[in-house]
Amino acid sequence: MSVSMPKPSEAILKRRAAIVDALCDIVPGEGVVSAANEMAVFESDGLTAYRQLPLVVVLPETVEQVAEVLRYCHREEIPVVPRGSGTSLSGGALPLQDGVLLVLSKFNRVLSIDFDNRCAVVQPGVTNLGITRAVEHRGFYYAPDPSSQIACSIGGNVAENSGGVHCLKYGLTANNVLGVEFVTIEGEIVRLGGRHLDAEGYDLLGLMTGSEGLLGVVTEVTVRILQKPETARAVLIGFPTSEEAGACVAAIIAKGIIPGGMEMMDRPAILAAEDFVHAGYPTNVEALLIVELDGPAAEVDHLLAEVERIGIENGAVVCKVSQSEDERAAFWAGRKAAFPAVGRISPDYYCMDGTIPRKELPKVLAGMRAMSEKYGLRVANVFHAGDGNLHPLILYDANREGELHRAEEFGNDILRLCVEVGGVLTGEHGVGVEKRDLMPEMFGDDDIKHQQRVKCAFDDKHLLNPGKVFPVLHRCAELGRMHVHKGQVAFPDLPRF
Amino acid sequence: MTPGSEADLRDIVAVAVLAEEPLAIEGTGSKRGLGRPVQAARTLSLAGMSGVTLYEPEELVLSAKAGTPIAEIEALLDAHDQRLEFEPMDYGPLHGLEPWQGTLGGVVACNLSGPRRLKQGAARDHILGVRAVSGRAEIFKSGGRVVKNVTGYDLSKGLTGSYGTLAVMSEITVKVLPKSETEATLVLRGLSDEEAAGAMAAAMGSPAEVSGAAHLPAYVAARVADAALGEASATLIRIEGFGPSVEARAAHLGKALERVAALERLEPEASRRVWRDVRDVRPFVDGTQKPVWRLSVTPTKGHAVVMSLRMQAAIDAFYDWQGGLVWLRMEAGEPEDGLVRETLRRFGGGHATLVRASESVRAATAVFQPQEPALAGLSKRLKAQFDPKGVLNPGRMG
Repeated sequence: MSVSMPKPSEAILKRRAAIVDALCDIVPGEGVVSAANEMAVFESDGLTAYRQLPLVVVLPETVEQVAEVLRYCHREEIPVVPRGSGTSLSGGALPLQDGVLLVLSKFNRVLSIDFDNRCAVVQPGVTNLGITRAVEHRGFYYAPDPSSQIACSIGGNVAENSGGVHCLKYGLTANNVLGVEFVTIEGEIVRLGGRHLDAEGYDLLGLMTGSEGLLGVVTEVTVRILQKPETARAVLIGFPTSEEAGACVAAIIAKGIIPGGMEMMDRPAILAAEDFVHAGYPTNVEALLIVELDGPAAEVDHLLAEVERIGIENGAVVCKVSQSEDERAAFWAGRKAAFPAVGRISPDYYCMDGTIPRKELPKVLAGMRAMSEKYGLRVANVFHAGDGNLHPLILYDANREGELHRAEEFGNDILRLCVEVGGVLTGEHGVGVEKRDLMPEMFGDDDIKHQQRVKCAFDDKHLLNPGKVFPVLHRCAELGRMHVHKGQVAFPDLPRF
Repeated sequence: MTPGSEADLRDIVAVAVLAEEPLAIEGTGSKRGLGRPVQAARTLSLAGMSGVTLYEPEELVLSAKAGTPIAEIEALLDAHDQRLEFEPMDYGPLHGLEPWQGTLGGVVACNLSGPRRLKQGAARDHILGVRAVSGRAEIFKSGGRVVKNVTGYDLSKGLTGSYGTLAVMSEITVKVLPKSETEATLVLRGLSDEEAAGAMAAAMGSPAEVSGAAHLPAYVAARVADAALGEASATLIRIEGFGPSVEARAAHLGKALERVAALERLEPEASRRVWRDVRDVRPFVDGTQKPVWRLSVTPTKGHAVVMSLRMQAAIDAFYDWQGGLVWLRMEAGEPEDGLVRETLRRFGGGHATLVRASESVRAATAVFQPQEPALAGLSKRLKAQFDPKGVLNPGRMG
């Protein structure tokens, strides 16, 4: 664990018993968990290298209770860490020793489904897949599909602006959420958007989505639901080199084709997945594309032929179209099991999440091979090829002295390379604690300060999820000062007006 | 003042901050009629900061300086068989100006989207990154050039639709997509507004991937595409994509809808003309200053809002976005904002924006939907964080 968290407040730790009592008054019954053995289950999220027991865990059941807890914490200046299902891969829900862990898992109801307006109103603890389950009897689904969709909550999806394999065509969470209700740290309940489109005024919904629990606590979400495509078919295309696979991806898009999903795996990932689930992947290729086309049957058949032709033109040595729904599912099973598959060939792995301009893929893969040698660690790659989102899996053994540290350094170097070629630090997993200290690789001081000023508009005491996202916690009073001096203007005496 | 570079732009804002003299921000000034009139000593024009700085068709990305004419960007994309998927609309004609005089910065600052917004999202859904100068006279950037990016807060969305009141954008990066190979529009004739709402909901809920759903009542239908649609009311359902796919979906949807009403079909050229006119509110381009409202409501409730208003005021209306976008012209010349907003509230809420009215009417009317106190407080604090001296377009959204 190389990222340090804010120093806990001794004063808060000393008052712990009184804080637990006050929270028990707000959330009666079993809604407050304070025994260390019962809190252990909450000590980390999906980024398991980081662990910390919270001050106390609260599981409210009503919006009023959430508001009351936040009002209390605001008044008493106690940090609050919101948590959904705890599947964050970046430590977004990592507890603080002096912070209340506010768990939304009891907000697990679908409130209304409106097929005519193609939306559903759900509580934040409903799982991503739970939304689809609630609407699929009428042929509808919720489009963003992060790999953890069986467990991750929609509230967490909003906090992280979660993606999935279908983002290029169907967008991220931000593009599929119509409105939210959230509670500010001051305990005020605010509604943004709703069943109508384009909430006007400042796009606070856009700012809230992906804000990693630092701006407010979401208590209700209105999502867009879509009619399922009539058909979906996938094609496996194998290449002798990743360069050829990358060229094929570019050629498909240049043809005006936007596949529902377009994934790439490198040889180590292909071998691990095939060995694990026997998906029928070719094992003699360096790069494998899974291209899925969805829509009306006429369209899918038409485009599949095009994609096959483009694949062969670009040097494909294998081209296999799914002939049944079972076969399509098998093609995906390998990809979806890529992480656990890699888990079988290595005691531990560290999953990265950078995004790059697609054309830079060969350069980045070559860079990773060099780093792999430098750090003496293997790496397997799965890649959302359509949108440039890379998931390198660094293989290591935590029981070996120094390997975790080397894996983290390796990961940091990969992300630096992503930024260097015009990409970003995180495509869908969030900054959290994991990439917090890398933010200056991508942003200058003024860039980060302007982000923090949004934070100051929502939470000027830095009580919501402190220690996440921002490498340095500037006080809002300091951020508020104006620094415009005549001397800073290039030609202060030039008549301008 | 017309800065030629980002550094000049920052200096101009710095001088305004030091002097505490507000600036009116504009591109070419084509959207001056939107929002509340700005009381500012000086005008800052982005027209001198123009030009596409990056366009990689295979990466589906384009960057341009904020003052780049939107017409130039659309022409460049068109030459590569690509487009801005949110189908930016143009208020020029409604405001008595020539069409397509605006800039990319203006489109983004006002978050202008067209009929395809219903399926593919608004301008704000396609902005990947921005560079800007805040009211603190500091240059900052947000986002990047890739679609999948959750690194830090999405200030690009924060600035989209902020009418130049938080920061002056200098450069914008947008996601672009391939143009549709072809399109067709099914036209249902003679439906009432309420029947049309049902038909549009059915079409949107089908797997036909409808990319436009509008309803033009009889009077309005005669005022698009040089009266090509004739007099009867017209409910328009647009389908775009590859040839075989459009045929299959149009046939399938046509079969389902032919029981509802008499059905016609518009081929690509006629379809594009009709949708352009719907997008740019051409039926209300009348050379007058009669107030025009843009209502954003729950789609299935649009017709009920209009019906209720018709009982109480002389109005003319038509619908886009499956009924969720209502264009409303007040025939008596008064904005009647109280009536409009109260009616909206009774039918599930949403927002009403006064998009055409004389300057004096806009100065005296809440042009944007008033916000609840908690939300208004957050907006005010955000403005104070980005523009503490209130020098950027003061009052434009107020």
